[in-house]
Parts: sequence; C-alpha cells; structure tokens
Amino acid sequence: MSRLEIKGLHVSVITEEGSKEILRGVDLVINSGETHAIMGPNGSGKSTLAYSFAGHPKYTITAGTVTLDGADVLDMTVDERAKAGLFLAMQYPVEVPGVSVSNFLRTAVTAIRGEAPKVRTWVGEVKEAMTQLSMDPAFSERNVNEGFSGGEKKRHEILQMELLKPKIAILDETDSGLDVDALRIVSEGVNRVKANQDLGIMLITHYTRILRYIKPDFVHVFAGGRIVEEGGPELATKLEENGYAEYATA
Amino acid sequence: MSLDTLTNYMTPTGREEPWRFTPMNRLAGLHDPAVELRDRVSLEPLDIPSGVSLTIEASDIFPPLSDTEDQIIIRVRESASKLLLLTIDANAEINEPVFLKREVLDLSPEVSRVRIDAGVNSHATIVIENSGDGVIAEEVEINLASGSNIKFVTLQEWSSRAVHVARHHAIIGKDASFTSYVITVGGSLVRILPTVEYKGPGSSAELFGLYFATDGQHFEHRVHVDHKVPGAKSRVNYKGALNGDSARTVWIGDVFIKATAQGTDTYELNRNLLLSHGARADSVPNLEIETGDIVGAGHASTTGRFDDEQLFYLMSRGIPAEQARRLVIRGFFAEIVSKLDIEPIEVRVMERIDGELSEVKS
Repeated sequence: MSRLEIKGLHVSVITEEGSKEILRGVDLVINSGETHAIMGPNGSGKSTLAYSFAGHPKYTITAGTVTLDGADVLDMTVDERAKAGLFLAMQYPVEVPGVSVSNFLRTAVTAIRGEAPKVRTWVGEVKEAMTQLSMDPAFSERNVNEGFSGGEKKRHEILQMELLKPKIAILDETDSGLDVDALRIVSEGVNRVKANQDLGIMLITHYTRILRYIKPDFVHVFAGGRIVEEGGPELATKLEENGYAEYATA
Repeated sequence: MSLDTLTNYMTPTGREEPWRFTPMNRLAGLHDPAVELRDRVSLEPLDIPSGVSLTIEASDIFPPLSDTEDQIIIRVRESASKLLLLTIDANAEINEPVFLKREVLDLSPEVSRVRIDAGVNSHATIVIENSGDGVIAEEVEINLASGSNIKFVTLQEWSSRAVHVARHHAIIGKDASFTSYVITVGGSLVRILPTVEYKGPGSSAELFGLYFATDGQHFEHRVHVDHKVPGAKSRVNYKGALNGDSARTVWIGDVFIKATAQGTDTYELNRNLLLSHGARADSVPNLEIETGDIVGAGHASTTGRFDDEQLFYLMSRGIPAEQARRLVIRGFFAEIVSKLDIEPIEVRVMERIDGELSEVKS
C-alpha cells in the first residue's frame, strides 16, 4: 500500500517575461489501487503538475510538499523519484538517437531493481509484455522513440511502466494522438498493470474518451492551476455533456 | 632541407585561410623551417598476412602521387628520405585488419611518409593506431586500383602532449571503394586532412570521422573531396563532441564538383555536441558545383548543446545522471562506431570517451 500526498503545491516556470506561476495550491492524495482522473481545459496546468513532481528542471516548486509513503519526493533527484516508485508516462516521449529500446529498457530496469535482470527470464519478460501491447519484436532493436508513430510512443511508455513496476503512475495525456484501436490496447495495458501491481494512477486528460476504458475512482477538475471541483465518475459524465465552460473563469 | 627549398618554403603565419583556425604556436615547430624534423619510420606492423607486403623504400624512388599546397605536408615530402610502402596484391581478399602501430615516441618533431597501394580488385582493412607522446607530420597516400575495396582506419589516441599533423589522400580508381574512419580522441593539437580524388567512374568514397575533445585539445579535420570524373560518389559524416571550456574542434568539408563530373552523387554531414559552455566547435561545409548534371549534392552541419530533455527522460526511468549522459553520448557516436565493424576498437574508443566524460562535468 502506497500513498502519494500533494499538499499546497505552487509551481512556477521561467518565461521570457519572467517567472510565471502555473500551479496555485494543489492538494491531492493518491493511494495504491486508486485511479484519479485529472481533467481540465488546455493550459490549466495539468501537465505542469505531472512534470513538476517528476522533477523536470524547467519547473520551480515555490511552495508545498509532495511525499510518497512519507518520503520527501521534492528532495529527490529525478532518478531517485523513479526508484522510489514514481512513473511518468509522457505526452511527448523524447527521442534518444543511437540508443536501442532493448538497451534502454535493460538499463532502466537494472537501475530500478538495483541489479541486472537475469538474461534468461528477462528476454521472456520483455517479449510477453510486448506481445500484450501488440508490439512487433523488431521494435526492441529500434532507437528509443526515433521515428515512432504516436501510437508506438504511447505503447512504449506503457511497456516501460509494465517492466519498471512503479507504485504510482502519472499518465500525461496518454490518449492524445491515439486511434480507437491503439487507445484500447494502451488502456488494456494500463488496466493490466493496475490489476497486477495494485498501481495508483493519476490520469491526466482533456477528453473523457479514455475514461470509457480506464475507469476512474475519482475525478478532479483542474482550472487556473488548482483543483476546482472533485467527485466520482459521474463528474466525468457531466464534463462530457457540458465541457469546461463553467470553469473558464475559475 | 636544401637552401633552395628553404627559400621556396613559405612559413604559414596562421593568417592564411587554411591555417586560420589552427593555433600555430602549438604546432611544436612542424611548420617552422628553423626546426629540423627527424627522419625515420616510426610505424610498426603487428602481423602482415599473405597477400600484403610491407617495405621501407627510398623516398625519392616513390615521388608523391598527388598535389598539395599544405606547407607542412610539403615539408614532409622534402624531409622524409624513407617511405613506408604497404602493398596489397591484386585480387587479394584480406579478411583480418592489417594493423600498423605507433606508440610513445617522444616530443621531438619528426616526419612520416606512407603509401598504400591496393591492387586491382583487392579487399583489405588497414588500421593505423597512434598513441602516447609524439610530434609528427605525416602523409599517407592511398592508391586504389580499379575494383579495389579499402577500409582505412586511423586512431589518434595520443597523450595530451602530442602534436599530429597528417594528410590522408586517397586516389580512387574505376569502380573502387574507399571507406575511411578518422577517430581522434587524444592529443594536444591534431590536424588531419582527409582528401579524396577519383580516377574513374563507379568510384566511391565514404569518409567517417569521430572526435572528442576535452580541455586544452584542438582537433581539426579538413575534408576535401574533388569530383573531377563522371559517375563518382561521396559520403562524408563526421561527428564530434566537446567537453571542457577550452576544448576546440574545427571541421571543414570542401566538396568540389567540376564541370567534367556529371552524375556525381555527394552528401556531407557534420554534427557537433557541446557538453560544456566554453567549448567551441567550428563547422564549415563548402560545396562548389560547376555542373547541374548530377545525381545529388547536399550538406548539413549542426552544432548543439546536450539535450536536457533526453537526460530528463532517461533519468525519469531511474537511470542516474552520469549513466544517462554516457548513454546519450554513446548513442550520438553509435552511428559512426557501429559501422566500423572492428569490435576491439569500438569498445576501446567508447571506453575512452566514457572516461573523458566522467573527468569533466558541466
């Protein structure tokens, strides 16, 4: 059982016009096995929330705390956060030329587990995870995210999540750029990891479409850099009908 | 050197175009006629397989096969009384690389003249390894008879005191293929001129380079490809990284397509990765085309800083910063190194780069 606690989080980003506050006091608790949908209009600060506590250098945390099972996440380096059990599936995964997927996965798993996986079981483990995500085995010889389609990038993110076995995963607009088939495959992957590993999920999305495949326990509406409304799955239905118009001035 | 040649010799000052990037005061006198150049053969073979012969010849019996205006190379031609001649028999298929080695000379300036004659339809890989101290001016001419296929690899793994100025000139016959790898990871000042001319149609050259400069190192590579005959091909791909505020690299890529070179197909590329703020990489691609009747001609040059997004991505998967940097740098060079296909050298070069990466942190 893990618990991610975000309290009073304020985050700024440096722009050409100077420092700009994006998050203005976010409070959120995610426990193992829970799925929290963070929904909101573009520019509301949803992705900043994801990147800032994954430790992206662009964002400065000006106030607040983030703890994972009591440990201060904000005091950790980016790799330490991953080792502590946080995983961020990115909206725009980064290309790393010349580094093969298989080398990358093995290096990451070795770092997270603290020892190199046994060659014998590792090959099978990767193969099985790839098959479940309908990924061609040849995929592992390609360079990380280089020339990947939108769907391939998202599958590759979920593949990593499956192998790295985090406690809490943040899925940042994982549904963007996916057609219906890819969305189903990716969502099934997320549900599988959740079932197997009692994963806590923060699902960041603009649209309700993905919520048909990944059922949220809680829905949080994000606007103007803070959570403005919270509820159960019924809140998503309301958003689907009414959109975000009523939060525009929040 | 005779008085006569001395009077004809124009000591470069550093203001001339070909020298404007070179720190002349660090050439250890290789360009200065007042400094005498030691005249000996310093390269040692490891194994010479059958089909290959290595001899030391009197330099004047083997006059240069090509023209040069480089003042230091002119000095090499005038000062060297001996020539190391490597001959590959016609039709010979040499599967194992032929290694020539030069280890720890000293810091007194010397010259080297080398010639490689590849017979008709021969196949071979030749590797020249330079390491330790040394101050050396060198010319290697590689003459590829028709249908031959030569891979020519030079490794500059010098100490941080070494000075190495060299011209590698390939003369490529009809239907012959020349592939070169210039790998410069050590030395105080290294200035290499990989140059190519073609003798017949169907000839091709692939010129690859890798350099990694750290503090106090100046690595300069001046590629020159001369397309004069029709139907020849060239590809140039040099990649470099710089780590340390006083690291300097220069890459010049001159490709000339003369009016007689119809059907030329050429592309040249240089990429530089700056790992610290003061480091400076000059990159000057230059394409001159005198005929429109070609297959293709292009060039590209990029110089950029280390991508923090890549670092963040790798670290967000648990990979520590140091290891993530190594992965990215290895990835950057993989395109060149993985083509080399000589495993012990691939491993050695990458390990050296790893070592130099951990020495300096940005």
